Amino acid sequence: MTTARPAPQRLRWTITDGLTLAGREIARLKAEPGQIVAALAFPVVMVVLFGYVFGSAIQVPGGGDYREYLMPGLFAMVSITAVQGVMTRMAADASQGVMDRFRSMPTARLAVPFGQTGADALVGLGLLAAMVGTGLIVGWQPHRGAAATAEAFLLIVLLRYAMSWVGVYLGLVVKDDQTAAQLVPLFLPITMLSNAFVPTDGMPAWLRLVADWNPLSAITAASRDLFGNPGARSAHPAWPMAHPVAAVLLWSVAALVVFVPLAARAQTRRGR
Amino acid sequence: MTDPIVLAEGLHKSFGGTRALRGLDLGVPEGTVCGVLGPNGAGKTTAVRILATLSDPDAGRATIAGFDVVREAGRVRERIGLAGQFAAVDGQLTGRANLRLFGRLGHLSRGEARRRADDLLERFGLADAADRRVAGYSGGMRRRLDLIACLIQRPEVLFLDEPTTGLDPRGRLEIWDAVRELVADGTTVLLTTQYLDEADHLADDIAVVDQGRVIATGTPDELKATLGDTLDVVVEDPGGLRPAASVLHALAGTDPTMTGADRLTAPLPGGGFRLADIVRELDRAGVAVADVRLRRPSLDEVFLRLTDSKETVR
Repeated sequence: MTTARPAPQRLRWTITDGLTLAGREIARLKAEPGQIVAALAFPVVMVVLFGYVFGSAIQVPGGGDYREYLMPGLFAMVSITAVQGVMTRMAADASQGVMDRFRSMPTARLAVPFGQTGADALVGLGLLAAMVGTGLIVGWQPHRGAAATAEAFLLIVLLRYAMSWVGVYLGLVVKDDQTAAQLVPLFLPITMLSNAFVPTDGMPAWLRLVADWNPLSAITAASRDLFGNPGARSAHPAWPMAHPVAAVLLWSVAALVVFVPLAARAQTRRGR
Repeated sequence: MTDPIVLAEGLHKSFGGTRALRGLDLGVPEGTVCGVLGPNGAGKTTAVRILATLSDPDAGRATIAGFDVVREAGRVRERIGLAGQFAAVDGQLTGRANLRLFGRLGHLSRGEARRRADDLLERFGLADAADRRVAGYSGGMRRRLDLIACLIQRPEVLFLDEPTTGLDPRGRLEIWDAVRELVADGTTVLLTTQYLDEADHLADDIAVVDQGRVIATGTPDELKATLGDTLDVVVEDPGGLRPAASVLHALAGTDPTMTGADRLTAPLPGGGFRLADIVRELDRAGVAVADVRLRRPSLDEVFLRLTDSKETVR
């Protein structure tokens, strides 16, 4: 469009610059070990909070241990936190002028979102590992063998990566780290509005419809299935609940197809 | 013979209903410092953003080293450095890590980015702080790091958008020294500022911008000379201001400006005034004078005159 470089060279710089920028995110984390500790403590807190505090009062439909029921929901939660994490970082760079500096340099335009989402994928893997470790300690385990287990984790990672592009776009649109910080608390209700912590059967019909179509419910249902955890399907499931694996794939592809071009356009747009 | 390395012709840019630029023309010869001077909202930042490929003009065109900022933005970005109004560095990283990051993103090799970072930190007095996190830097240090971050890829043209806004006097002097150091290397610098003394100290040429247009250009001395001499009068009693003002008005044909509770300033176009005559006239009007001085005008006065927003005594 505006650059005179040939395409192969552009691709090479997108990858090289993307890796440089992902490295920057990792270096930032290393410089702030407290952040890593806090991030890793999060799964433990969630397991204790939901598994023991709420779990004592919640009946699993079809019977079974609540913590076995809960863990797929918490894995799903790890997928969604990518949105807020990446949004916050993109908005911070935009509001502090760092993004303008990148844009005025020969740096490949798309390297910035690729670097952010790449670094976020690594962070997500760390979080997932901590969550799995905590789960194993409190008695959760996969029951359906290596292939199904691997499939479940791949779906979780895929959805997280797709969600991180939603974060890129939101961050570029918001452009202000304070606004981004104010948006973060909104993600908790979105998380709660799903089957992650409680069965949706008891919700009012309209709310249940929303919850059943929440991507978070799809990944939770898919992981429950693939791990062989309790939480049997209800009698008249909505489509995503009847086909959770297909729903996760669909949600992920849809998020990528919509938000990668949107984010790319927002990143390369020159207006203000 | 050679074209200016920075060239803007008839730039227009509007945001919604606001016309930020209305036909801005600018030319900066290679190796010089151009000070773009103007009040808030004059369009300085908009112009810099267009020249630095961050924003497209609605009309008009601009080139850097002959490359069009819209059609050949990639080529332009290889040749420029931009220090905006923020210190756009990563507070979480050390100074050294920041410079290496920007070096790599400027497509230097790993080794060259490292060497260049070390050189610049040494040269601009940040070597001692290099391995501390930038979040702990003073405002002046942060800006200096920001400035050298855009030097890392050896730009031919450097854009400094209000480089000292918000700094204490010491921080300002540090930045001024850094800019002079750059100029000694032959880098072309375009700096915007609201501070006239800054333009006076640093710029070879000044472009005064108001309401999206360049309203005057010249060296600091040329701009000052357009106003002729300036007369300062300090009265002993504030009651003498009004008669003194009418004496000055009669002499100079223009309204004097009140510059304090007991003082007036008036431009004396064309010269040819004798201090003794002025004092005699004031004396005849019964004004008790504490001090009278004839001098070259300051850039402030040039600026106020050009932008026509002076406070006059009636």
